[in-house]
Amino acid sequence: MNATVDIWDEFTEGIWRQNPVFVMVLGLCPMLAVTVSAVNALTMGLATLFVLVCSSGLVSMMRKLVPKEVRIATYIVIIATFVTVVDYIIQAVSLALYEALGAFIQLIVVNCIILGRAEAHASKNPPIPAMINAVGMSIGFVIGLFALGSVREILGAGTLFGVSLFGSNFQPWVIMVLPPGGFFVLGGWLLFFSWWARRKQRTQAGRTGEGTQHA
Amino acid sequence: MTSASPPTQGSIPVRPVTVVRATGPGGAQPPQKLPTAGMIRTLGLVSAICGVIIVAAYQSTYDAVAANKRIATERAVFKVIPAASSIAEYLALPSGEVALKVGAGETAASAGIRFFAAYDAHGQLAGVAAEGAAKGYADTVRIMFGYSPACQCVVGIGVVAMRETPGIGDKIITDREFLANFNALDVKLNAELSALANEVKAVKHGAKTQAWQIDAIAGATITSRAVGKAINDAAQALLPRLVPRLDALQQRSKS
Repeated sequence: MNATVDIWDEFTEGIWRQNPVFVMVLGLCPMLAVTVSAVNALTMGLATLFVLVCSSGLVSMMRKLVPKEVRIATYIVIIATFVTVVDYIIQAVSLALYEALGAFIQLIVVNCIILGRAEAHASKNPPIPAMINAVGMSIGFVIGLFALGSVREILGAGTLFGVSLFGSNFQPWVIMVLPPGGFFVLGGWLLFFSWWARRKQRTQAGRTGEGTQHA
Repeated sequence: MTSASPPTQGSIPVRPVTVVRATGPGGAQPPQKLPTAGMIRTLGLVSAICGVIIVAAYQSTYDAVAANKRIATERAVFKVIPAASSIAEYLALPSGEVALKVGAGETAASAGIRFFAAYDAHGQLAGVAAEGAAKGYADTVRIMFGYSPACQCVVGIGVVAMRETPGIGDKIITDREFLANFNALDVKLNAELSALANEVKAVKHGAKTQAWQIDAIAGATITSRAVGKAINDAAQALLPRLVPRLDALQQRSKS
């Protein structure tokens, strides 16, 4: 019973409590750069998922073999390997997508979420929990990317997954698909989540009858 | 595969390395030797595993990637020469010869300019397509343009790769007025067949007066100019080699 709870806990940690985008605010550079459309965001998220899960698994399997002096080098080699693999896969699936994502596929190597997970979690846990945690984290990252990508595509191009939403008279809000738009939308989401967290805190405080002076 | 480069190896100082642990169970013991053998073993093992994974991924995606690249190129050629039904890849060599490009190797061809001869359903030359590139606003703009030997003009362009501002620079793909420039853009050669008679150039929006000028998109002048420069540079290099040999290309070679 306890084990199931732990596994579930591992899984949901990245999706909600420690969401890499909205709570830990990690991996912002690929996040802001590629989220100009929902498709790009999803592809980037899935590529990151693949790399994160595979590297977490391998790092976790090798955790007892790796001397701590060379652990970062080992992690980077492992991560770079899976990034190369995902790079080939995306080229094989769609060149247009590959062109759209550009250097950011290769830059997954230095995505701090992945190295951070390898160092903070996978190197201290057995493979199964490590990979489950990685799946949760990646899903959290995918949700974050998609939240940005879909909003930016809808506002900036009037489409979602390339399907026109508003008809031909819609004047796209072009700045939303340009770099500043990434910051605007990310700021909006962070604002929303912190407002939510604060509201939840307030209602909890109100229920227990303490801290009402902040209400 | 993992052979280290000799020059750096000589400069590694050879001395006993020790590590001092500030905390932990070994704190009271004398300084330990670094587990060099362990590190080498681990890194070697990790590299070997990773090497195998990469080779496997490369091998299993190679065909699909190559096919994708070929399809992308062919699609670009068919777009700029709509009459085409088959294409053949050629190289225009510095000696003035044109040679059918065989295989995917990049050998011997570095000095040659790549172009595609497009043939219609009857095997007659429908046009020639070539790639050009120039610096745009954000990054290099790579375009494919179709050349019609009959009118000695550019008859269509397509973008191969670019990173121009969405909604502004990328209008070069969609703007009808701009694309109308390439219905018959004059790229005649001069009398000696050594260069273009008139330099292809993008001019300010609304200032086009000659058949070899490109009417730029208002607000996207830099990208428009990049298209003009890409066509000009590629045509200046390719056409003097190509035009004298056009007769040889008229029929699709059987090989």
